[in-house]
Amino acid sequence: MSSADFLIQGIIRAFELIFSLNPYILSITGVSIKVSGTATILATFTAILLAFAISFLNFRGKQALVTLINTGMGLPPVFVGLFVFLMIVPVGPLGFLDIVYTREAMILAQYILITPIITGICLASIKAVPQSIIETVHTLGGTQKDAVIETLKEARFGMITAILAGFGRALAEVGAILIVGGNIAYTGSVGGIGEGLSKTRTLTTAITSETSKGDISTSIALGIILISLVLSVNILANYFQRTD
Amino acid sequence: MAFGNKEVLRNINFEIKEGEIFALIGPSGTGKTTFLRILNFLEKPIKGEIKYNGMKTPGVLDTRRRMSLLFQTPAIFNKSVFENVAYGLKVRGIEKKIVEKKVNEALNIVGLAGMENQNARTLSGGEAQRMAFARAIVYDPEILLLDEPTANLDPANVTKIEEIIKRIRNERRTTIVLATHNIPQVRRIADRVGILLNGELIEVNSKDGIFSKPKDARSEAFLKGEMIY
Repeated sequence: MSSADFLIQGIIRAFELIFSLNPYILSITGVSIKVSGTATILATFTAILLAFAISFLNFRGKQALVTLINTGMGLPPVFVGLFVFLMIVPVGPLGFLDIVYTREAMILAQYILITPIITGICLASIKAVPQSIIETVHTLGGTQKDAVIETLKEARFGMITAILAGFGRALAEVGAILIVGGNIAYTGSVGGIGEGLSKTRTLTTAITSETSKGDISTSIALGIILISLVLSVNILANYFQRTD
Repeated sequence: MAFGNKEVLRNINFEIKEGEIFALIGPSGTGKTTFLRILNFLEKPIKGEIKYNGMKTPGVLDTRRRMSLLFQTPAIFNKSVFENVAYGLKVRGIEKKIVEKKVNEALNIVGLAGMENQNARTLSGGEAQRMAFARAIVYDPEILLLDEPTANLDPANVTKIEEIIKRIRNERRTTIVLATHNIPQVRRIADRVGILLNGELIEVNSKDGIFSKPKDARSEAFLKGEMIY
C-alpha cells in the first residue's frame, strides 16, 4: 500500500467512524466539549469580574494584577498541568479534593490556562471604548453606573470574542489535561475500536494516544472533529469582530 | 483652568442670559471647548465658581441634567438611531410612551424621521451630527452647549443645523452657548458674543456691537481676520 492509499483509506474510515456516530468518538467529543465548556463558563465569570474591577475600580496591587494577567496569557500548558498536578496529588495542598485523573482536575487546569486569556482580551475591549462615549453618557445626564453599563455594552462584541477565544484555546489544549487527566478510557471495547468510553480522554489527548498506537483512521476522525469545532468557534469569533 | 503647567483659561467673568444664543468665538486652541467642558462639569476649574440662576450649582448630576453638551465630533453609541436619541430620557427613568413621543418629535425637528431603526453608526457625518442634536434636545434642556456643531459639515447640513438652533431657541426658549470660529455663522444666529483669546475673555458684547463697534482692538483684528495665530 502506498502512502497516498494509506492516507485515503484512513480518511474514508475516519468519515465512516464520524457518520456512524461511533460511541468511542462521540464520548471523547462529549468529554472535550463538557470539560472545555465548563472551564470556559467558570473562567468567563472570573474574567469579567477581574476586567470590570481593573477597568473601573482603584485598588492596591492593580498594576501587579495586570502584569500577572499579561504573564498568564502566555503560560505554557504543560507548566499549568504540572502546577495543578502538584497541587492536587494526595500530598499536595489540594490533595483533600481527591481529583487526580478526573474531569474536575482537567477543568481546573483549563480554567487556570484560559482565565488570563479571556481577562486580557476583555480588558483590551473595554480599553478600546473611546473616552468620548463615557463623556457623552455624562453629558446626557447619565450616572457613573450608566457610564459603566454603556462601556460594557460597547465592549460586548470584543468580550464575546474573548470568551470564544478562551473556549477555542481550551478545546485545542493538550499538555495540561494530559498531565492532570491521564487520558483515561474505561475498559472494554465500543464501536469496534478496542477501547471503552472516555473518562478523561479528550479529542487532543486521544489523537496523541491513537497515533502512537498506529490507529491513524481514528486519529484522523478525531482530528476532523477537533478542527471543525475550533473552526466553528473561530468563525463565530470573526463574526462578532466584524459586527463590532 | 490649567492642564499641567499650562494655564488654559483665566479671568473669565460674565453672565449668560436666559433664552439667548451666546456665541463664544476665538481662534482654534484658545480654550472654547475647555470652557464648555467646565460648564458641563467634565473639567474642574482650579479657581472660581459657576452660578446657575444666580445661585451655586445644586449638584453635578442635578445641574448637568438641565443641560446638554454637543461635541464637535459626536460619540455615537453602537445602537439604533432611536436608542441613541432616547438615551437621555432613559437614564432619567422616563416612561416608555413619553420616550417614544419625545424621540419622534426630536427626530422630526432634525429631519431624521423614518430612520429610527437604522444603526446610528451607519449614518453620514451630517446625519450623525443631526442625530446627536436630537439626542441633546430630546429632554428639553434649559441650556444647550454647542461645540463647533457645524465644523466639517457641508453647507446644506450647516443651514439645517443653524435652523434647528434658531427653532429650539424660539420655540423652547433654550439658552444656547455656541463655541465656534465661524464668524459668518455668528452673524447669522447669535444674540451676544464673547471673544476668547489665548484663554482670556477679552470682550463680551451684543452681536451688533461687536461687529460695528468692538471695544477691544484685538477683537476688531480677530473679526477682520488680521490676527495671526
